[in-house]
Amino acid sequence: MLGLGPEDWQAIELTFRLCLYTTIILLIIATPIAWWLSSGHSPARVAIQAVVALPLVLPPTVLGFYLLIVLGPRGAVGGTLESLGLHHLAFTFEGILVASVIYSMPFAVQPLTEAFNNLGRRPVEVASSLGANAVDRFLTVILPLTRGGFVVAATLTFAHTLGEFGVILMLGGSIPGETRVLSVLIYDHTEAMNYASAHRLSLLLVIFAFLVLFVVYGITRRFRVARP
Amino acid sequence: MSLAVKVHLRLGTFTLDVDLDLPMDAVTALFGRSGCGKTTLLRIIAGLQRAKGAEVRFGERVWQRGRQFVPLHRRRIGLVFQEHSLLPHLSVQGNLLYGYRRTPEHLRRLQPPEVTEMLGIPDLLDRPIDQLSGGQRQRVSLGRALLTSPELLLLDEPLAALDTQTKREIMPFLARLGSEARVPMVMVTHAPEEVERLASRVVFLQSGRVERNESLRQALARPDSPLFSEDGAASVLEGTLGTANERGLHPFGTERMRLWVYPSAASRPGQTARLRIMARDVSLALDDPHRISILNHLPVTVERVGQSGTHRSLVTSRTADGQQLLAELTSWSVERLALEPGSRAFALIKSVALIG
Repeated sequence: MLGLGPEDWQAIELTFRLCLYTTIILLIIATPIAWWLSSGHSPARVAIQAVVALPLVLPPTVLGFYLLIVLGPRGAVGGTLESLGLHHLAFTFEGILVASVIYSMPFAVQPLTEAFNNLGRRPVEVASSLGANAVDRFLTVILPLTRGGFVVAATLTFAHTLGEFGVILMLGGSIPGETRVLSVLIYDHTEAMNYASAHRLSLLLVIFAFLVLFVVYGITRRFRVARP
Repeated sequence: MSLAVKVHLRLGTFTLDVDLDLPMDAVTALFGRSGCGKTTLLRIIAGLQRAKGAEVRFGERVWQRGRQFVPLHRRRIGLVFQEHSLLPHLSVQGNLLYGYRRTPEHLRRLQPPEVTEMLGIPDLLDRPIDQLSGGQRQRVSLGRALLTSPELLLLDEPLAALDTQTKREIMPFLARLGSEARVPMVMVTHAPEEVERLASRVVFLQSGRVERNESLRQALARPDSPLFSEDGAASVLEGTLGTANERGLHPFGTERMRLWVYPSAASRPGQTARLRIMARDVSLALDDPHRISILNHLPVTVERVGQSGTHRSLVTSRTADGQQLLAELTSWSVERLALEPGSRAFALIKSVALIG
């Protein structure tokens, strides 16, 4: 189908899995971070906000380099895993998943922070006074009133992970079925002068990315949630 | 039952330093200018603001002391905010029932039908909230808070964002709440009228400190009361509203004092109510004038004559049933009539403010 070979399908499946897991993990992590960021002003908040936004400005190679050191067999995280009898994370799917979570963090945190800022604290205070506990308040007040922000955060995270290349190449290399995602495969195809295959996958990504952004901007207009 | 609050809180250059023990019988007003700390105090009582080292106790229950801190959702407090605070994704019905559903059945003292009836909102239940007027929104907020059957109702300037007409429309509902729902209320306000119409006790706050904590009666008995600094001196008469005569006027008062009034839409005959009478709307006459358009003539006894600005006097008098009535007159008139403590006179009341 579409003239795609088995290695192309493998990469598509792998990429999809990476994007999905990253999105799920990030929504869970980014929600409390964004809530905390939107609930006041303090130097600590500014610092965390800056750290979260670092991947926006750093070359992916810098991030990939440090992750390789930390997650690798001699790094703080990788070494600990090894000593527990587990495998370190360099050149593994889990490793590039960790990298994606960090790399795409601003795309989840920023829309959520924006949505929580727009929401303000009043609805939550009201819900508390009406007897709702924290989980109840999140599910029945915060989530329904900021769902636009959540949709935008999820879509942008997914889309941005799709476009990840440098970090994965640094940390994961190009192991079929493990770390060879679409962007890496396109690079490999091009290196091998396999322009037709590279072209097919590239076009696929262009169309997909356009659709995602189209949906995001549509939602943003509807919910009036500021974009990152 | 009493509410005890002890706070020492520094916020930049502002210090809130309060040690209060309030009997919780009816409506307590926290009165002061903006920036005096009254809203902060209310938020500390509610548990919305966690002041370090503060102590908050309600009856036997400790809400905050040392490390102990009961979060708002377990304090059984009803909250009504100044501005519109209905949950926008729910209908009127959804808002009203949000707290009711989260109140354990055995603690529910108030049911939706009686509350919607009390607040005059049974027709609004299915409306989305963006189709409500400001006054309707505040009534729904009140109903929503009441339906949690709270043990204490906290109101943060509940009328401040409303226009005068709407304020007048809501005030009677608030006045009735205290008695009908039997929930003690603490209300933050900077409007003397709201204090005079609703409160039974008033705490005067200034720059983060309690100036006085006294009953409304005591507060109104002082000619220099902060309540009088903006709108001028006023009296509050309490009585029962009777049924209308053929001209649409209702008798109001007690056995030994009667006035004729036009009640508001929300007041009902047989109900005890308050009348707010501005001192500048009261004249005194030594004889009862009959050929005069003013309807309300009350026999009074002068108790005190005080100065109120240059050439003006504030005369404190008692009605036949012993309630205080203030009249603001020119000092010349006081001299001409030779008014002094013990003088008997007739108070002519030019305009009678609506019943609260």
